[in-house]
Amino acid sequence: MLGYIVRRILGLIIVILLASLITFFLMHAIPGGPFDELKMPLPEEVKAQILKKYGLDKPIWEQYIRYIWRALHGDFGVPFQSPTETVISLIKRVWPVTIQIGVVTIALSFTIGILLGILSALRQNTWIDYLVTTIATLGTTVPNFVIAIWLMLVFSVTLRWLPTGGWGEPKHFILPVLSYFLAPTAVIARFVKVNFLEELRKDYVRTARAKGLPERTVIFKHVFRNALVPIITLLGPMVPDLATGSVFIEVTFRVPGLGKFFYTSAFNRDYPMIVAMILLIAILWGITYLITDIIYAFIDPRITFT
Amino acid sequence: MRDVIRVYRKNKLAVFGFFVISSIIIVAIFAELISPYRYDDIDLLSFLQPPSLKHPFGTDSIGRDLMTRIIYGARTSLIVGFSVQILAVIIGVPLGLLAGFYGGRVDYWISRLVEVMTAFPGLLFAIFLMVWLGNGLMNIIIALGVTSWVGICRVTRAKTLEIKNETFVEAVEALGASNLYILFKTIFPNIVRPIIVMVGLGIPQAIFGEASLSFLGFGISDPMPSWGKMIQESLGYLQGYWYMGFFPTISLAITVLCFNFVADGLRDALDPRMYGSRRG
Repeated sequence: MLGYIVRRILGLIIVILLASLITFFLMHAIPGGPFDELKMPLPEEVKAQILKKYGLDKPIWEQYIRYIWRALHGDFGVPFQSPTETVISLIKRVWPVTIQIGVVTIALSFTIGILLGILSALRQNTWIDYLVTTIATLGTTVPNFVIAIWLMLVFSVTLRWLPTGGWGEPKHFILPVLSYFLAPTAVIARFVKVNFLEELRKDYVRTARAKGLPERTVIFKHVFRNALVPIITLLGPMVPDLATGSVFIEVTFRVPGLGKFFYTSAFNRDYPMIVAMILLIAILWGITYLITDIIYAFIDPRITFT
Repeated sequence: MRDVIRVYRKNKLAVFGFFVISSIIIVAIFAELISPYRYDDIDLLSFLQPPSLKHPFGTDSIGRDLMTRIIYGARTSLIVGFSVQILAVIIGVPLGLLAGFYGGRVDYWISRLVEVMTAFPGLLFAIFLMVWLGNGLMNIIIALGVTSWVGICRVTRAKTLEIKNETFVEAVEALGASNLYILFKTIFPNIVRPIIVMVGLGIPQAIFGEASLSFLGFGISDPMPSWGKMIQESLGYLQGYWYMGFFPTISLAITVLCFNFVADGLRDALDPRMYGSRRG
């Protein structure tokens, strides 16, 4: 077990190093540097001095190693768009907004997804089942910003119940979360349904029924637990997915979170920000995957590490 | 082949999707003949018109006919959807074949690369590439292609691993065939079906990707129409001009949905054992 974890962490480190290598060199392959002023060109000596100060006169591989070294110490440089902060402090400032929406979304989609999944498994081939299937197809295929526009057209434009965007009040939560949560809910509902149906066919269910246990006990004490364990595997990929999805939701609803900042960074060619955020999400992705695998192994004793 | 069509036709949604997609393709090909205006016709006197007989879907803020732009937008979406998948196949299939066939160190590094690409948040990386490459149709295809070959590569590798120890491959090997011959003439034909399924699933994702990039402003450059861009343009006008947001979102949703129906039908018909491969 310990050996497995160590091996996985080593693999994760290789992956993250490769990811940083790719982003770093891509960033440097872009023509033009931060000190190429067109209107007021710096005197050569001054420019050389500045390049030296930031270590930009060194060969690129040395720059990369310095970058990694500083990144390991939590220093990703200074964002161009806000030179008084560091990349890390800027991310720290805007991330909580995205996390708030993410947590509400995950909580809501798990509750409703599990409920819908169970309902459609127990009432297979009824209108509930078809409704859930339709919602699931819509949720997984239609981009979330399209759903966002539809929600806006209904709730903001026609009914005038909710604002079209903004941040700060509880009502600003509703539409972003609603347009967000459909996709994960759909995935969860579909997953729960399939698992539930599979479990219902197993021998231990027949035994439990044969013993004369009430149906409710069979479903909620026996099937429930076995069918729900695999859902944990869905949580892992959902975390980075929500970070990505947040770009569209936050741009659409003008929410000042991580996604919105990724967007403005990309628009302003703020490379330190872009690289830091891509790396951050890559790391997040790797770690959530690792944790899910380990948790999964703890819950299901049949899984061994070989 | 007949079996494939029979199974496919059993899936009503897939048949429905097929007809919708076919009509969209026809509309996109004959856009010049069908659309009432040119996509870059600006009529400043009739801007922000609601749907009428003259402009069935209304006009945008500088008086361009929205129906025309939707029709040409379909062309953009389809070009991107298909080209991205072609690029993904060109990158993913050879890598998958090599990794699965040779194993060892080749497999190790290709698998690491696949892992890196999985760890990268796909669309964010595509945005990064777009920043680097600049806007434009060609660059979108490159950015999305480079980020979407992973699934195809993974499936190709898994299938190659499965097949390479089969007796018929051994037989060809014993006859003295070269590795290249075995890879492309013996193994490849046997893994075409799952690759087609992956491409089917990939097309709507590429269309979705193009719309997303254009929605953020990193996609198609003006005056070429794109649904994503039209959706983005509608954001500021939703309060008074619902149709500006309604028609492009509906078009995008229908197209993506129908492509998914087709892909599901293809999967059932071509590769019944394959499921759960939607991700990646």
